[in-house]
Amino acid sequence: MKREYTITVYTENQVGLLNRIAIIFSRRKINIDSLNTSPSEVEGIHRFTIVMDETEEVVRKLTRQIEKQVDVLRAFYNSEEEIVWQEMALYKVPTDEIAEKVKVERLLREHGARAVVIRKDYTVFETTGHREETSNLIRVLEPYGLIEFVRSARVAIIKASNGFHEMLKDFEHREPGEDTFENEYLNDKERVFAM
Amino acid sequence: MTATPSTPEAGLQLVETPVLPQITGSQAVLEAFLAEGVDTVFGYPGGAIMPIYDALYDYGEKIEHILVRHEQGGIHAAQGYARSSGRVGVVFATSGPGATNLVTGLADAQIDSTPVVCITGQVFAHLLGTDAFQETDVINITTPVTKWNCQVTDASEIPAALAKAFYIARSGRPGPVLVDITKNAQMQKFDYEGYTPCNHIRSYRPRPFIRKEYVEEAAQLINAAERPFVLFGQGVILGKAEQEFRTFIEKSGIPAAWTLLGLGALPTDHPLNVGMLGMHGNYGPNVLTNQCDVLIAVGMRFDDRVTGRLDRYAKQAKVIHLDIDPAEIDKNVKAAVPIWGDCKETLPLLTQLISQKQYPEWLQQFRDHDAKEQEVVIQKELYPTGDILSMGEVIRVINEITQGESVIVTDVGQHQMVATRYARFNKTRSSITSGGLGTMGFALPAAIGAKYGAPDRTVIAIAGDGGIQMTIQELGTIQQFGAEVKIIILNNQFLGMVRQWQQLFNDRRYSFVNITSPDFVKVAEGYGIPGQKVTQREQLQSAIQAMLDHKGSYLLEIMVGKENNVFPMVPQGCGVAEIRLE
Repeated sequence: MKREYTITVYTENQVGLLNRIAIIFSRRKINIDSLNTSPSEVEGIHRFTIVMDETEEVVRKLTRQIEKQVDVLRAFYNSEEEIVWQEMALYKVPTDEIAEKVKVERLLREHGARAVVIRKDYTVFETTGHREETSNLIRVLEPYGLIEFVRSARVAIIKASNGFHEMLKDFEHREPGEDTFENEYLNDKERVFAM
Repeated sequence: MTATPSTPEAGLQLVETPVLPQITGSQAVLEAFLAEGVDTVFGYPGGAIMPIYDALYDYGEKIEHILVRHEQGGIHAAQGYARSSGRVGVVFATSGPGATNLVTGLADAQIDSTPVVCITGQVFAHLLGTDAFQETDVINITTPVTKWNCQVTDASEIPAALAKAFYIARSGRPGPVLVDITKNAQMQKFDYEGYTPCNHIRSYRPRPFIRKEYVEEAAQLINAAERPFVLFGQGVILGKAEQEFRTFIEKSGIPAAWTLLGLGALPTDHPLNVGMLGMHGNYGPNVLTNQCDVLIAVGMRFDDRVTGRLDRYAKQAKVIHLDIDPAEIDKNVKAAVPIWGDCKETLPLLTQLISQKQYPEWLQQFRDHDAKEQEVVIQKELYPTGDILSMGEVIRVINEITQGESVIVTDVGQHQMVATRYARFNKTRSSITSGGLGTMGFALPAAIGAKYGAPDRTVIAIAGDGGIQMTIQELGTIQQFGAEVKIIILNNQFLGMVRQWQQLFNDRRYSFVNITSPDFVKVAEGYGIPGQKVTQREQLQSAIQAMLDHKGSYLLEIMVGKENNVFPMVPQGCGVAEIRLE
């Protein structure tokens, strides 16, 4: 059954790696719903967060192909329950529309939105949350003449993760310990995310 | 070098300041080659790689450069070199078309896990992205077909980039690596601190941690098995684990069948070698895949040409999968026990834990199937009674003369299947072919490279009339540099494999499979290579003998049956047990 999965990839900072990872998806005609690259908790190590709608089997194979890349340290995949995640969205609406209508102000507050820019002609609101939340606000603002909408890629934290610091130390060794290899390749899902 | 004051009398104290030698990026490339033990480079010069070729001028005594006739020939030669020698093959190509001509070879090396390092020239760094003359985005073009690639724009980065390149190409699951070096970096002088080989990259794990509990679990399964069956692939050869594999097979007593690229890892006449797997493999190994109770896959990747229809593949069996590449575990066939690791290390661990056994009745089943295949297919192919020569009898005669000692490099198509089915091999690294990619045109250049990789061995290239015409220009490379390659063209005047499929599945609608050929013997003569054409059975033995006796390259064009088919065959979309004998 297809469902939403988030792949987290720890990588070296290498030009061209984004393409190397992206083609793993495009070659299999799999659409990436969202892709974010950012620094990670460890200096010099980058972190990719990739969201897709696929079956677990496909996602597992994708994760293995990603981790196989030379400049990738580790890749993990998680279902929605296993992560804490957020996406940010911006909405541009005509200022006169919302200034006149008290209802709008209440709606924005209900949705946790805040104004980022207020000009005579338009106002930009920002909200952060799950996709349903940011999507709901579109519907709310549409009647008031929503001009522009944009949503950021997902950022996600793995609930069971202890971070990458310790693991990186192990990677620095020529002969790493067993923990580095305790992963889902060996069909032991419990340990996969125990990092 | 040390800086010393010219006149000690000057009274200044002697301060020894080490001054690093200045060398160019191009020299650094060649120094890296020397440090990595590279003795042969296959390549083709061009504008953007001229500084490296200029430096090469001074390294002629240490590095032999073979000027190929096309960059594709260069990389196939490097592949042949790597496959026959077990070392990394090295290629030079210029930017733009030089680099794009490598792509087929890179894809071939990627899918067949061949260690190759390609150095491509690139336009000056300041011209990148300007559509400069012969500029192409080589890094992005080659990303899907390389294990790793990188672009270098500063000479000081060259030693480290090449050290990484060689390390990545040969370690773990080997593969092709490309380093693109801009012209300014090749020309630039820098302080050379020497070359340090790479043996660790923190994000890269070539030697996985071996989990003993899985080895134990596998041993238990094997010890309890009644009809175990071993499949072996090129992983055994790449891991240089032929001896470990043989010890494992001989102790366990398990019949073993090979994939196309595993051929030769175990001598073909070994009593437990039961033949070839897959679409045109042997009858017993295919049928009995679906009757074994434990399937032990060693260094192979369950390619679709091996498995046929997956939902009818070995469903009854518990699969033990030994592979160095974790991404192969469960990719096509679910493993009950995955043994992730280098088979050079995992096989001895497994051998230790298994009991000495024999499976006479189970082995007899392979023998019975073989007897049937002998009767229906093999005898007719090896000893045809009609006037027309068969491909199989050519291979039989080669076997009789060479006694399984030569290196045979095949192209792609019917002759490839016939050659690999019937050729006998006593030694590893003897069969070289394009397996995963199925690259027509592979044989001739790969055979040239194979000869440089194994100069003491007889190298025979076998190609069809179609494939040979794809890279026939490499006869010029032979002419100029003298690689002794014995070339056999099995000419059936058709693109035979496609014709066979059109006959069987497209109702004999022979659409563009009728291919004409030049007079190959005359073409060879034009390149200064002697040869002869064989049309009669009486000539066959003496012609092959003459080819092998001749000192130097030799070309034999052998006319074979136009519409012969390769059997057995697992038709596409069928399970392995549905293999057809005719």
